[in-house]
Amino acid sequence: MSQTFHRSTNFIARTSIFGAVFFAGILIWMLLEFNRSSYYTQAFFPREQPVQFSHKHHAGDDAIDCRYCHTSVETQAFAGIPPTKTCMNCHSQIWADSPYLEPVRESWKTGKSINWTRVHDLPDFVYFNHSIHVNKGVGCSTCHGRVDLMPLTYQVASLQMEWCLECHRNPEKFIRPKEDVFKMDWPPSEQASAEGTERWDQSVRGPQLVKEYQLRSTLVLTSCSTCHR
Amino acid sequence: MSENYGTKGNLVQLQPRHRSDAASVDQDRADKSLGLRSNHVPANSALSTQHSALPLWRSLEELADSTEFQEFLHREFPENASEWNDQPGRRTFLKLMGASIALAGLTACTRQPTEHIAPYVRQPEQIVPGRPLFFATAMPLAGFGTGVLAESHEGRPTKIEGNKDHPASLGATDVFSQASVLGLYDPDRSQTLTYLGEIVTWSSFLGAIRPAIEAQRAIGSAPGGKPTLRLLSGTITSPTLAYQIRSLLTLVPGAKWHQYQPAGRNSTREGSKLAFGEYANVVYKFDQADVVLSLDSDFLASGPGHLRYAHDFAARKRVLDAERGRDPNRLYVVESTISSTGSVADHREPVGAGMVETFARAVAARIGVAGLGQAAAPSGLERLVDAVTADLRKSRGRGIVIAGEPQPPIVHALAHAMNETLGNAGSTVIYTDPVEASPVEEIGSLAELVRDMDAGQVELLLILGGNPVYEAPADFAFTQRLQKVPLRIHLSLYNDETSQLCHWHIPESHYLESWGDVRAFDGTVSVIQPLIAPLYQGCRTAHEVLSAMLGEPERKPYDIVRDYWQRRTSSGGQEPPVKQPGTPSPAPSQPSPEFERFWRKSVHDGVVAGTTLPAKTLKTTTNWSTQPIGAQPPPSQGSYEIVFRPDPTVFDGHFANNGWLQELPKPILRTTWDNAVLISPGTAAALGIGQSADGIAVNKVGRIGGEIIADKVELQYGDTLLTAPAFIVPGHPDKTVTLHLGYGRTSAGRVGTNAGFNFYRLRTSNAQWNAAGVSIRKASGEYIIATTQLHHAIDESVVGKRELIRSGTLADFRRDPKLSFEPEDSKHEESSDKENNGHGEEHHPSLYPDYEYKDYAWGMAIDLNSCIGCSACVVACVAENNIAVVGKEQVLRSREMHWLRIDSYYRGNERNPETYFQPVLCQQCENAPCEVVCPVAATSHSAEGLNDMVYNRCVGTRYCSNNCPYKVRRFNFLLYQDFYTASLKMMRNPDVSVRSRGVMEKCTYCVQRIQSAKLTAEKQNRRVRDGEITTACEAACPTQAITFGDINDHGSRVAKLKELERNFSLLGELNTKPRTTYLGVVRNPNPELEKA
Repeated sequence: MSQTFHRSTNFIARTSIFGAVFFAGILIWMLLEFNRSSYYTQAFFPREQPVQFSHKHHAGDDAIDCRYCHTSVETQAFAGIPPTKTCMNCHSQIWADSPYLEPVRESWKTGKSINWTRVHDLPDFVYFNHSIHVNKGVGCSTCHGRVDLMPLTYQVASLQMEWCLECHRNPEKFIRPKEDVFKMDWPPSEQASAEGTERWDQSVRGPQLVKEYQLRSTLVLTSCSTCHR
Repeated sequence: MSENYGTKGNLVQLQPRHRSDAASVDQDRADKSLGLRSNHVPANSALSTQHSALPLWRSLEELADSTEFQEFLHREFPENASEWNDQPGRRTFLKLMGASIALAGLTACTRQPTEHIAPYVRQPEQIVPGRPLFFATAMPLAGFGTGVLAESHEGRPTKIEGNKDHPASLGATDVFSQASVLGLYDPDRSQTLTYLGEIVTWSSFLGAIRPAIEAQRAIGSAPGGKPTLRLLSGTITSPTLAYQIRSLLTLVPGAKWHQYQPAGRNSTREGSKLAFGEYANVVYKFDQADVVLSLDSDFLASGPGHLRYAHDFAARKRVLDAERGRDPNRLYVVESTISSTGSVADHREPVGAGMVETFARAVAARIGVAGLGQAAAPSGLERLVDAVTADLRKSRGRGIVIAGEPQPPIVHALAHAMNETLGNAGSTVIYTDPVEASPVEEIGSLAELVRDMDAGQVELLLILGGNPVYEAPADFAFTQRLQKVPLRIHLSLYNDETSQLCHWHIPESHYLESWGDVRAFDGTVSVIQPLIAPLYQGCRTAHEVLSAMLGEPERKPYDIVRDYWQRRTSSGGQEPPVKQPGTPSPAPSQPSPEFERFWRKSVHDGVVAGTTLPAKTLKTTTNWSTQPIGAQPPPSQGSYEIVFRPDPTVFDGHFANNGWLQELPKPILRTTWDNAVLISPGTAAALGIGQSADGIAVNKVGRIGGEIIADKVELQYGDTLLTAPAFIVPGHPDKTVTLHLGYGRTSAGRVGTNAGFNFYRLRTSNAQWNAAGVSIRKASGEYIIATTQLHHAIDESVVGKRELIRSGTLADFRRDPKLSFEPEDSKHEESSDKENNGHGEEHHPSLYPDYEYKDYAWGMAIDLNSCIGCSACVVACVAENNIAVVGKEQVLRSREMHWLRIDSYYRGNERNPETYFQPVLCQQCENAPCEVVCPVAATSHSAEGLNDMVYNRCVGTRYCSNNCPYKVRRFNFLLYQDFYTASLKMMRNPDVSVRSRGVMEKCTYCVQRIQSAKLTAEKQNRRVRDGEITTACEAACPTQAITFGDINDHGSRVAKLKELERNFSLLGELNTKPRTTYLGVVRNPNPELEKA
């Protein structure tokens, strides 16, 4: 009986076996990349808001401190979205007739909340606490980026667990002095030293700050119940 | 619905397997029944010196069918869960795996939906999103209040904690207050005012009520006129409400106020009147009592002051560790049913209800109560009577004799006389004025109303709360007579049986929505403040309804309560004069700064300072010669005694629609969703109920999940016939049956309607708690009872015959403080103990690498000696951790979701065994068997020693649960959580994930509370202080049996407890190194009775 397949088909068989593995690998890699892509994480997508609120204008140009609006960021899990009252503190005086601010005035008159769209939205099984981060030297811009340069706010990080763990595993790479937490342009180009000024060196200052602020060991920081409960 | 279980196709194997069918009898089991048999003979020998050598048993059923029981032991979820019935084939395997991967991949491809944030317009002061606030208020139950702190998340009450400043709470709570949050958000609550079933407005009610009241007034003011206005309420202690009622009675002269509380304190009150000639309230000081005799009193688990009494009783017991030389207290209980108090007694004697009086008379006569004369001791109990008498006389002024509410007034009077003779009155027993605003004989009060209704002398009846159509004594024929009243108004939380027979139904505000006030067991007043505005616009408080009748419908309950207290303070703390007819309530004068301070402090603290009733001296005046000896003779052949009790979880029926309470296994019985006729094994054998195991009648066990297949019995009392299932309970007195009230509601809501059996039908006015002369016979048919007693049973066989509970007598403890079970093995025990206290000097060999807990090491110690099995911790856990209710059908399949269960164990003969309770939650093992088997690392070890459970990772293999020797993991087989009912969304604890289907869950040591305290501490650069974290179960516990803390901190309470010798690990021999450890039980029996 003659052979059904010619010897040369062995090549096809070998290639296809190898190809299948390769194909599966590519598929998995593509899925992982898709999962990390900003299409999926929605990073860098500015959200439509009821009021075209510009952080660039308020936090950047006017240099209003973050805490003027996000009042509970130093004490609570939730940083706090300002009540309409906070907007009206200024906008009953300035831009009081601006058509852009009509929803704000409407809310103030009717007592109905402004329905903001959430930009940074963690899954419900994650319990993130702003206050502990702010109190231990994690700056606003570390996670939220240069909000003072954003006309419309968007997230700059994937907010995925691998991103969280990057810092929870190596906090010394990201930690900054507590007094600089609310600074947007950080790290500075230089720092004070015995000889006047020297270049800011995170690899030296980071571990010092981790020690100084008594950060828990990375084992504690990466325990599941630190964020999930 | 439950009665039909037997007919369902998938539940085929309901036929009980009898003893002779059992495949094999292993040696293990033979030993057990031998131990049981050998201990049959003497009644009091249960506490013999060598008692700890007797085997423990979990339930009668354990003895009955070894193969089935073994199955329950080995598998956490017996049926339809852990087996793969199909032959595994390659194709099926590939098909399933392919589908799973595809589906898993697809479901993962969702983007987070867009969410919105709606901030406040004007943020209220104090409210910061994410930070809970606590407000003091008080929960009224049967008229009496318990101070609580309600946790509020952005204005939504989510959890109840005890109020440390309140004398009836001291920080603890009971099952009812814990579950009251669900009561508030219950979607079945009545929401609108109705007239003849039609939704109407409040103003139409006002339009109808005003002319009616005016007409009544006109009759009352006319000479010789007899107004026909009647008011029916439960027992009322609220000063403001009483003031309003008095005002109404002044407005309509001749109108009458009736009170009836179905599970109230009527005979306690009548007992005080019989003893002292006037109504008095009694407060007991259990922390100072060396010897306590309880005459059918369940003072640790029922009645207005039970939380305080349990706290004090346990505190006195705890001298065991604190003052080594001093003996703990001794508790004698003579009771006609089973109770938590009886279960923790040092000597317990089950007797018929009528025998309690005989017993009391015998003890009283021997103590030397003046004028009582001689009284013979009940036969068989002579030694107990002598021992009790001797003990009480030895500790004059340091003893307590307490009679239970179910006993007739004469027994209460005897107890008062004994306390007086023994010098306990004034030292451990304190008398005060009555707490009730207007104490009356409530049966008589209701009887008068019923008589007048029947005679057509009631034209307007206002029913404030309560559900008399369901609850009133059966012989009053309340339903028929109520319908003779031309105008009936009912205020209640639910549209219940009574509402449906009333013209007007007014939905009542829940206590968490109301202003009000209430008195505690010692008279202390608490102001009830609302945590939330009424969820439904139609809701009204009793204050508003009365105010409307008084002609002031627009007054707000806040003004009514505050105004009363303002007037009361301005009249020097005396009751202010009632409102005179025709005069509007004076506009509250500008409050003085003192009043403002007083009011704010009272509302803030949850107690009104200076309102505790002062002690007074009372002398007993009972003329014993005129008191007939009421003790019933032992029931004749074929006749039985009934004992009625409010249900331990749904109370008098008030909580029938509360799923948390329905699903809570009842203390000791461990049944859920039902009540039953509770009978002793002896009675069961006589009636031919259940099956026989070694001559003992035991319940038949089904194969689905250890459910009980109960035989139905027919009860006949008077002319009433009733058929209900019989449940055999060890330790229950013979010739007596216990019936729990509160079930068989016909209009309770979707949870409570048609659950269980209505035993009010047998309860008559002359036999409120005990009825003799009942005939019982076995009826045809069976009924399935969902009991959790056989669920999640720990398989002790894997570690050989070891004890799961260490216990001993005081003498045993003095000899060997470790209470070791096997003395020859003590060396081994010692090493494991050292291991388990967390400081681990010595190690068992282990395959796992050692881990050093450098920072915090969370641990828990549970003192089994303090635990009274009340189950408050279980409901607290449910409320704190968003645990789902699964329903009776799922409980039958061992799928209840409680993270914390209370195992009961028995030792000794089944007639009167010793009972032990063991709360079992995740043991947070250091060498956790669950962690190593999880294929997706959904459960892993934290650096602080917690076994973290990550719901979002869990894929539901259930390997962890399979590998857990403590059986503490719970799996969401179905979508048990209600994600859609709007009101229930408000109830959930926002700090805990709400779990969906297919996810494993278990106790986390309340990790949300740990994290919260840790973050607070870290922000202040300090360590968490001892006591800063309390788990939900620890906070609720009235006896402080549960202690949580950092075992690396050697000064912490938990570390000190773990150093005590009686500390032991459950299944410690498995080298799981559990972080939860237990302290052994030390009973203090009378050595005189020990000498058998």
